[in-house]
Amino acid sequence: MKLTGAEITLECLLREGVDIMFGYPGGAILPTYDAMTRYPQLRHVLVRHEQGAAHMADGYARATGKVGVVIATSGPGATNLVTGIATAMMDSSPIVCITGQVPSAVIGSDAFQETDVTGVTLPVTKHNYLVYDVHELAYTIREAFHIARTGRPGPVLVDIPKDVQNAVTEFVYPEEPIELPGYHPPQRATDEDIAAALALIEQAERPLILAGHGVVMSGAGREVLQFAEMTQTPFALTLLGKGGLPETHPLSLGMMGMHGTGQANLAIQNADLLLAFGMRFDDRVTGNLKTYAPNARKIHIDIDESEIHKNVRVDVPIVGDLKTVLGQLMPYLKPIEHRAWLGQIRDWMEDADERDIVNREVGERLFAAHVIHDMWRATGGDSVVVTDVGQHQMWEAQYYPHQRANTLLTSGGLGTMGFGLPAAIGAALGLGQPNVWAIVGDGGFQMTLQELGTAVQERAAVNIAIMNNGFLGMVRQWQEFFYEERYNATPMHNPDFVKLAEAYGIPARRVTRREDVIPAIKWANSITDGPTLIDFVVEKHDLVYPMVPAGADLHKMIRRPLPSENSI
Amino acid sequence: MKRTLVALVENKPGVLNRVASLFRRRNFNIDSLTVGRTENPAISRMTIVVDAESEKIRTQLYKLVNVIQVQDVTDIPDVSRDLALIKVRVNSQTRGEVVQLCDIFRAHIVDATTDALIVEVTGDEDKITSMTELLRPIGILEMVRTGVVTMTRGEHVLSPNGYKLRPGGNGYRTNVL
Repeated sequence: MKLTGAEITLECLLREGVDIMFGYPGGAILPTYDAMTRYPQLRHVLVRHEQGAAHMADGYARATGKVGVVIATSGPGATNLVTGIATAMMDSSPIVCITGQVPSAVIGSDAFQETDVTGVTLPVTKHNYLVYDVHELAYTIREAFHIARTGRPGPVLVDIPKDVQNAVTEFVYPEEPIELPGYHPPQRATDEDIAAALALIEQAERPLILAGHGVVMSGAGREVLQFAEMTQTPFALTLLGKGGLPETHPLSLGMMGMHGTGQANLAIQNADLLLAFGMRFDDRVTGNLKTYAPNARKIHIDIDESEIHKNVRVDVPIVGDLKTVLGQLMPYLKPIEHRAWLGQIRDWMEDADERDIVNREVGERLFAAHVIHDMWRATGGDSVVVTDVGQHQMWEAQYYPHQRANTLLTSGGLGTMGFGLPAAIGAALGLGQPNVWAIVGDGGFQMTLQELGTAVQERAAVNIAIMNNGFLGMVRQWQEFFYEERYNATPMHNPDFVKLAEAYGIPARRVTRREDVIPAIKWANSITDGPTLIDFVVEKHDLVYPMVPAGADLHKMIRRPLPSENSI
Repeated sequence: MKRTLVALVENKPGVLNRVASLFRRRNFNIDSLTVGRTENPAISRMTIVVDAESEKIRTQLYKLVNVIQVQDVTDIPDVSRDLALIKVRVNSQTRGEVVQLCDIFRAHIVDATTDALIVEVTGDEDKITSMTELLRPIGILEMVRTGVVTMTRGEHVLSPNGYKLRPGGNGYRTNVL
């Protein structure tokens, strides 16, 4: 069967199980857009800016566990993807970006809309390709998907010159398994690794599991929970680890790190054994490395060997797939009790509860933490929540305990403002279910709000909850703590978000009082055929507590003052 | 402390760029990096001298899909060679001096004119550095070095055999640069 390069591209996408693509047309990718008319089974979602396409594919991938697909044109189309690609790279999200390139004959001549896209995206992709020959196209796309979804997943970009899209050749799909000489994702631990880990586990008196994104990506939640229950080991979660384990479990300490719970951070600093499962000791998690977990031996299981000893030297490094490695380890585990340690942790929890804003009377004021906590109550804690970046993101992490994997989608590593709305659209379309919640700040929302048009056009049932405090709140918080309250460039003059939504035909309302929160959430959930928007006008001056200042010792948290200390 | 790594990479366009970009973004300091073909046309070989923790570099290099094998050979007995071409200004008095130095260093004079000689010297880094120091007072006009290439001694082998040219990944065109 003779096909054009453009048709071969789409044939290969079908064979990879792709059902939806997020993209934006343009000159150099037009042959592929034209070929789409012959492949109606591939749904194309027209975004309003290519960054939105990358975030949507990322949100789709995180929500469904499948590879997200992006299509864009050369030059500005491709460079607009960069923020989204970098976001996916930092959070190990599998996406494949197909970009058009100027015809190969004029590459290097500064042709119209020409950019060295493989050069630009080299440091922010897991791998990328520039395909010069239509005969290699099918193999390359197959390889791209293989690399994106295996090992530590990540974004892969395939740049296809216009003449290669137009070239005609006999289409032969390469059925044989992909064999790459330099790419062998690790799977199993050695017997020595398992023995060394067991020895530390058996000796430990104050063990703690640090559960990261790897728990989610490896699908190892059940194994980790079994491990925790059998050895009575409490667990703390990274931001991206949330959902990997049930957070309302008695052994759960909640999130760790800069805005982690007091009990999680104190447990890390007092533990004698850390079991780091699929996490990478990010600086937002460790604080000052010199004083980090000073008494703890460390077992680190990760699929990416370069993460071992990168930030924290560990005693037992194990490179492999977490689910596989725990499967090897579990048969040797014996039940262990850690009563004194768990008692100590309960004391820390009680202290934290007393300081917690959700346990306070706050009068007439509306706090974002309350809104998010009410959202958790009103949705039975079972919604897929996508956040943007900033204070509301940390409050979500603190006040919306997740029970299932892939139910919190958030930009952790790169901290990309503008991620929330498009990622939520991608998640909603991928899951094909209503009531995906996008919790966003008024700042980040305005970075990608043009995707409201996409949500309406595609009838993506995303409920947008704006935590509107009229400030770039997290930056304002740093200015308050560390820059003597000089609030430079953080107050925001915002549009009327309700009117804005109505201009797009989106049902919207504004909430300013606590008693209206749950009814508004229920109202939004009752609308299932398209987006809704709620503008929550929240307290301007609230802060995310606790906070470990950047680079400070993890146990030196700034805590929310107690009620007796006459403050909120 | 300086470490020497040898890497086998796929001979494809852009691979050197990927390696160089990795070193820059991970803040690794390269002392020298040489690259060339092996007896297998699908594979190129790099010798990398760095001033950094080689374990970090090794694991980071393995993240590049086109990198096949990496070995830190610093502690393995090896033969290391660097080659320099040095153009020296000479006159009737100093010409003899340069010829004598070449004898001592087993270097060759590969070009001679009335005013200048080109000296070709091969050896490990130290040898070339001392040759350079001795020639400096005489008058170095220009010099170029290849950077170190390394091969371990004896039966220890980093073999490029068994890897085939494959499609995908920027084509069958073979050019690591």
